Amino acid sequence: MSAAHLSGGAPPLLNVEHLSMRFGGLLAVDDLSFQAGAREITAIIGPNGAGKTTVFNCITGFYRPDVGRVTLNTDRGPRYLERLEGFRIARAGVVRTFQNIRLFANMSVLENLLVAQHNHLMRASLFSIAGLLGWCRYRRAEKAAVALACRWLERIGLMDKADWDAGRLAYGDQRRLEIARAMCAQPKLLCLDEPAAGLNPRESMALSELLQSLRDEEGIALLLIEHDMGVVMQISQHIIVLDYGRKIAEGSPRAIRSDAAVIRAYLGENGTQPLPPEVMEDVGQS
Amino acid sequence: MSFSHRPINPADLFKDAALAALMALILALPLIGFRSVAEGGQLALTTRFDWVGIGVAGVFLGRLVLVYASSFWPPSGANFALAEAVREGMSRYVMALAGMGLLLALLLPFLPFSSRYVIDVATGLLIYIMLGWGLNIVVGLAGLLDLGYVAFYAMGAYSYALLALQFDLSFWICLPLAGLFAGLLGIVLGFPVLRLRGDYLAIVTLGFGEIIRIILLNWYEITGGPDGLSGIPRPSFFGLPFKPTTGEHEISAFHQAFGLEFSGLHRVIFLYYLILCLALITNFFTLRLRKLPLGRAWEALREDEIASRSLGINPRNTKLTAFGIGATFGGLAGAFFATRQGFISPESFTFVESATILAIVVLGGMGSQIGVVVAAALLILLPEFGRELEEFRMLVFGAAMVLIMAWRPRGLLANREPTLRLHRRDRRGGEPR
Repeated sequence: MSAAHLSGGAPPLLNVEHLSMRFGGLLAVDDLSFQAGAREITAIIGPNGAGKTTVFNCITGFYRPDVGRVTLNTDRGPRYLERLEGFRIARAGVVRTFQNIRLFANMSVLENLLVAQHNHLMRASLFSIAGLLGWCRYRRAEKAAVALACRWLERIGLMDKADWDAGRLAYGDQRRLEIARAMCAQPKLLCLDEPAAGLNPRESMALSELLQSLRDEEGIALLLIEHDMGVVMQISQHIIVLDYGRKIAEGSPRAIRSDAAVIRAYLGENGTQPLPPEVMEDVGQS
Repeated sequence: MSFSHRPINPADLFKDAALAALMALILALPLIGFRSVAEGGQLALTTRFDWVGIGVAGVFLGRLVLVYASSFWPPSGANFALAEAVREGMSRYVMALAGMGLLLALLLPFLPFSSRYVIDVATGLLIYIMLGWGLNIVVGLAGLLDLGYVAFYAMGAYSYALLALQFDLSFWICLPLAGLFAGLLGIVLGFPVLRLRGDYLAIVTLGFGEIIRIILLNWYEITGGPDGLSGIPRPSFFGLPFKPTTGEHEISAFHQAFGLEFSGLHRVIFLYYLILCLALITNFFTLRLRKLPLGRAWEALREDEIASRSLGINPRNTKLTAFGIGATFGGLAGAFFATRQGFISPESFTFVESATILAIVVLGGMGSQIGVVVAAALLILLPEFGRELEEFRMLVFGAAMVLIMAWRPRGLLANREPTLRLHRRDRRGGEPR
């Protein structure tokens, strides 16, 4: 597909090519290709069951795709995410949040943010040896980690509740904490699975502002699954529309809004077309 | 919060009590009602229905009182603030308790009431406390339900015994080696079970515990099978043995070096301090690790493995370290056990031991170090004090367990303190809730 929305000749941050994922008889993702540029917000939308979360799970290593390649272009060359174990994908710079919030409920808010800095701290503690001996090298690193956590607590307005158990926070606070936790892992690409689900309009507005500031101030790319069209249309540069696992449209918010196929998919008309033969070959079926 | 009385329909009350009494009757009739006694070389059946009657009446009345009283308790949601206040108060109180316990432990052999029996019991208790602390890493922090912890205890004991017997190595060399071997076994056993969680992990570790015991039982040439290993060398005080000597000229035993009269008690006291040291090292190590990234990663894995993985935590290595470190402490405790007893056999390493250690961790409150001490004291000392009760001992033991689990389902001291606080504790009092 075209990468016209990407500026310049540099490779896109994330490049998904011919991704397919099958569960038994169900083809959940069907030859999907798209790109997400650095410092951009890319949204994946589509009706329920369109395969959005499956795409996320393939990118972040929770599923291994049957076919396809997922490339993350980093400073140190391309990383092929479909071959990496889940935790290595996070280390490569792709961190996600979850549709049903997954905080460490019995740990404090601050601890949640420190766990996200695990790999960095683990190295600083020489795999616990320096930490056990109380070397200043580790103590400095821990201080820096707490400082980073505090910066995010300030930003999401949870400074006062830093010592609370994360499970006791209100729903909206939990959503923001999960995003802050992902940011503490210092990703290059942040994948957000329905971050506005269950938020009231005011909270959705605040979320939109937060996500935009992540893009503009932190300079990271965001990949977003979202049903709240207000949020999607307002903040994203590029939208990919899925239906029955296939990409039916792609483009800027303005183009998507007037796309006939998208309207058909959302209004429930039968908008599917048979697969072209060359794609069938790629997927490995004839 | 309100303590309002919720009225109960008397008919319902009696129906409930009658149902409980019926259940008691069904259970008590075969269990208590009939008794087999030996009469002139033959087995005869006697009945004691009067006991059954007393028991059933007791259950009926007890249930009446319990249900009636429970109508005065506030509903479970309302006492949240109260529970929070109790939690806050307790964590302060617990620190004082820990300090007093430590002081008592340090001074115990010199207190007026301490006899050989007291020190022996205390030593036994400390072994279980150390095992509890070791298992707390695996179960309490990393959340891996391990039902075969006794395998590492056995590994430590047999490693020590075999190294000391076959290679004539001293206690202080064998001890770390025994810990190392047990730790390695922990990692080896950890590998295949990493993908399993919860019930499945429990079953597999239970199986491993049995496999180790059966190997010990059947590998006759090495382990002595059911005969066990005897004549295990006793520890020396840094090279000075605890034994009566006749040689007047050179210093060849502990009591000579310190100019004391020989006494069998010296070794008992030395062993007591040895296990106290080992246990305290275990505790210190765990408390320290908990505040490090590794410890937080264990707890994160316990809370949510998927989220941990998405943040870049390697679940395999993290779980393996928990298994390995927990097993190492089990092995050290095992080595101590072997040198203290001087004789070991597979009978000391049955599933009941695993279950007891796990009960200590769960009763104490998962992850709570002081909870382990309290639970171990309850579980090990209660049967000791209850020797007069004889056949009712296990009944009382079981009842105590049920009561604790009913009242404090998350353990006696299930109060988790964050590893790092941003605000001082006193500020918490004014937190808006």
